[in-house]
Amino acid sequence: MSGAATVSSSEAHKLVWEGSVPLLIHLHDSEVTTLPPPPPALVLAPRLGYLPLLISQLKPYFSTTLPPGVDTLWFEYRGLPLKWYIPTGVLFDLLCVEPERPWNLTVHFRGYPSNLLLPCEGEDSVKWSFINSLKEAAYVTKGNCKNVMNMSQSDQVELWRSVLNGNLESYQRVSSKLKLGTFEDEYTENISAVSTASQQNSGEADAAAQVKSGRIPVRLYVWTVTEDFDDLESAPQIDNWDKISYINRPVEIQKEDGKYFSLNDAIKSLLPEYFPGSSFDNLGDASTKQSVGDEGENTCDPDSSSLPLENAEIKLVRIQGIEPCLEIPFSWVVNNLMNPEYFLHICVCLKVSEANALQ
Amino acid sequence: MDQKESVRDITPWDGTLSSSDFFSAACAFSEKWKRFNAFVPPWLWVPSRKHHLLSSHKEEGYLSLEGMCLIKSSEEQESCRSQTWKEESSISQEEEAVDNATLVQSSCDEVNHYDFHIVYSPSYRVPVLYFRSYHSDGQPLPFGEIEKDLPDHSAKIRSESKWTFITQEEHPYLNRPWYKLHPCGTSEWMKLLFHGDTALNKNGFVIEHYLVSWFSVIGQVVGLKIPLGMLETLSC
Repeated sequence: MSGAATVSSSEAHKLVWEGSVPLLIHLHDSEVTTLPPPPPALVLAPRLGYLPLLISQLKPYFSTTLPPGVDTLWFEYRGLPLKWYIPTGVLFDLLCVEPERPWNLTVHFRGYPSNLLLPCEGEDSVKWSFINSLKEAAYVTKGNCKNVMNMSQSDQVELWRSVLNGNLESYQRVSSKLKLGTFEDEYTENISAVSTASQQNSGEADAAAQVKSGRIPVRLYVWTVTEDFDDLESAPQIDNWDKISYINRPVEIQKEDGKYFSLNDAIKSLLPEYFPGSSFDNLGDASTKQSVGDEGENTCDPDSSSLPLENAEIKLVRIQGIEPCLEIPFSWVVNNLMNPEYFLHICVCLKVSEANALQ
Repeated sequence: MDQKESVRDITPWDGTLSSSDFFSAACAFSEKWKRFNAFVPPWLWVPSRKHHLLSSHKEEGYLSLEGMCLIKSSEEQESCRSQTWKEESSISQEEEAVDNATLVQSSCDEVNHYDFHIVYSPSYRVPVLYFRSYHSDGQPLPFGEIEKDLPDHSAKIRSESKWTFITQEEHPYLNRPWYKLHPCGTSEWMKLLFHGDTALNKNGFVIEHYLVSWFSVIGQVVGLKIPLGMLETLSC
């Protein structure tokens, strides 16, 4: 996506906050007790929001037809129960490789699959999960989550409300107090110089304080293919969460002289097993490996050491519904495309050999 | 590498571990556990699924202790009420040679099974205890029942410390809901356990003893004890 640098920060934030996914939501057959069955509900879901929060919009469509019982809302896409704590936009980018508009989902109000999905008791559960992620992001960035723990009650309420209602102004007002900062490096200063002029919010300038630890909160969702696909329609369907590798690991900013740290660099640094040739390694002191010792203690295949390591190929990267050019400075991507809980969610498709595919 | 080591020497230790340090710590812990716990199953290292073919990163994974059965003594003997953990496979064999003061259930059906995993958190840079519980038929236990299984002092620890609480979250590798002890305060109290002694950071002392210290606290919340012999290895 060329021209990213010409979009100012405030414009980018606005686009991200206004982003939404049109959903066509069908009530599951087993829960339809009237004839004719109710038509599906067409709902515009904010990308930055979460599916369970749609209950107030959905209930009126289906309440008259539901069987008796207590509502336990859950969604599925082609038989795959959806993890409610993943933002809606991320679910769409990940599971709908060829974007379907509207996105056809099935909703259930009964029979919650509690062996598969975490329990969700409505808005409170979603809010707790959001705040918990925010604390985690704070810990990653600052080494502690005191700023979140010490938020006043009214600030916490306002922060959550701003996410619920998609109110960017209100969000920026409260979140700037957290001083979670933005990622700055000398290469983004030229880009930000263009945008600072258009930012009226002094909170932004305040928040551009240094990121102490140099760690960026990232959630990576990786799926693999063993063959090239020419168009998105022929990409394989993800019908099982085991086919997705969820990597919740911070990116450690690494600088090389004369080169900026790109999105490509960041992704490869999180996947050293697929990009062994890469100069960045996020798994810590890789050189201080100790031998496992007692063979009986691990389940490693003794023949594994003879398999050659290979570079995988990045086939697709999606962030906030866009497929950014991989050479964009990672700092720009983080500052402009992260979610309100300060995590950057990245969906990646890798092409690998059969032996290394995620089954 | 040299520069890194000297920085490590002078910077106060923050209570955290790197991912590869965790692997080393896990090996040290499971080896000691085996040495001091002859009659309890060992902690096994489970390499993360996607890495099982790539030898250079088999360090990514978690420690697993599964199939533990929690047996509680009879309610009538309140004064010597205790918890005993038995390995699943050993229960049926032990039914005959039983000390009635510690083992009441005569059938496996009434026993609660527990699986424990120690998983590294890259965000908090500390180990995290995950656990789940189920009946012999595989049905998961509701949290209310798990709470009854936890030792009395567990509730006390959890209520007194705002840092130690149990939440339900998805297991980082297994795509299923598990319970976990939230890691947000771990680095703070790990620092205290080592008295913030930076000298200890040399020669891998911290790595060697990290999990034993960590477990001596965490284990109490779920009623898993560390044998005295293991704790004694901390003071050398």
